[in-house]
Amino acid sequence: MRILYFASIRQKIGLAAEEVSPPPEVTTVGALLEWLKGRDARHAEALGDPRVVKVAVNQDFADPEMKVAEGDEVAFFPPVTGG
Amino acid sequence: MIRVQTEDFDVAQELARVRRGDRGIGGIALFVGVVRAGAGDETIRAMTLEHYPAMTERELAKIEAEAKARWPLEAVTIVHRYGRLEPGDQIVLVIAASSHRQAAFEACEFLVDWLKTKAPFWKLEDTSSGSRWVEARAADDDAAERWQKESGS
Repeated sequence: MRILYFASIRQKIGLAAEEVSPPPEVTTVGALLEWLKGRDARHAEALGDPRVVKVAVNQDFADPEMKVAEGDEVAFFPPVTGG
Repeated sequence: MIRVQTEDFDVAQELARVRRGDRGIGGIALFVGVVRAGAGDETIRAMTLEHYPAMTERELAKIEAEAKARWPLEAVTIVHRYGRLEPGDQIVLVIAASSHRQAAFEACEFLVDWLKTKAPFWKLEDTSSGSRWVEARAADDDAAERWQKESGS
């Protein structure tokens, strides 16, 4: 599974992308977020506040209940500020 | 027409492109977003826009399709820049053309409101007191939300 980070979240974690293989019980966006937070202190801090962490699965906005699977591209980012 | 680019855009050229060959257009509304020189007491030296390329094109296409479904539009143009920009630089161009002015005005405002809350861009400001990520504003969410209610769905 390919994980992407953008903007302040990318900066806090210190990575723009990483390849991960979460355990089989990680089947939703919410579970994946919790699992990523357990990786280290930087992930925990960057992904800690659910109000400011937005998610996209395969380039579409996703809710915590949405399913994720091997081969998906999952992006985590703060609320967008374009325009 | 949607473009995401680092280069500047020429408003007159984009306007001419919209009008070319289309005799059904009766009104064109146009919005240009520009980098401000300051926020409060702080001076903004530059702004760097980051985006999620694969998702940006998809989201902008969805926003354009939504506008075309809601209003009778002859043409829509969205040009959004990314990379390093300085005060006074153009950031975004939105053009909505229709046979009547009301559809053009409304669609233009809708496009700007929706892209501000849905297109995956982030702004990093380089200010006199350091660099800082611009935070999303509740007022922008409210502006976008307004169109949800008005859609009646």
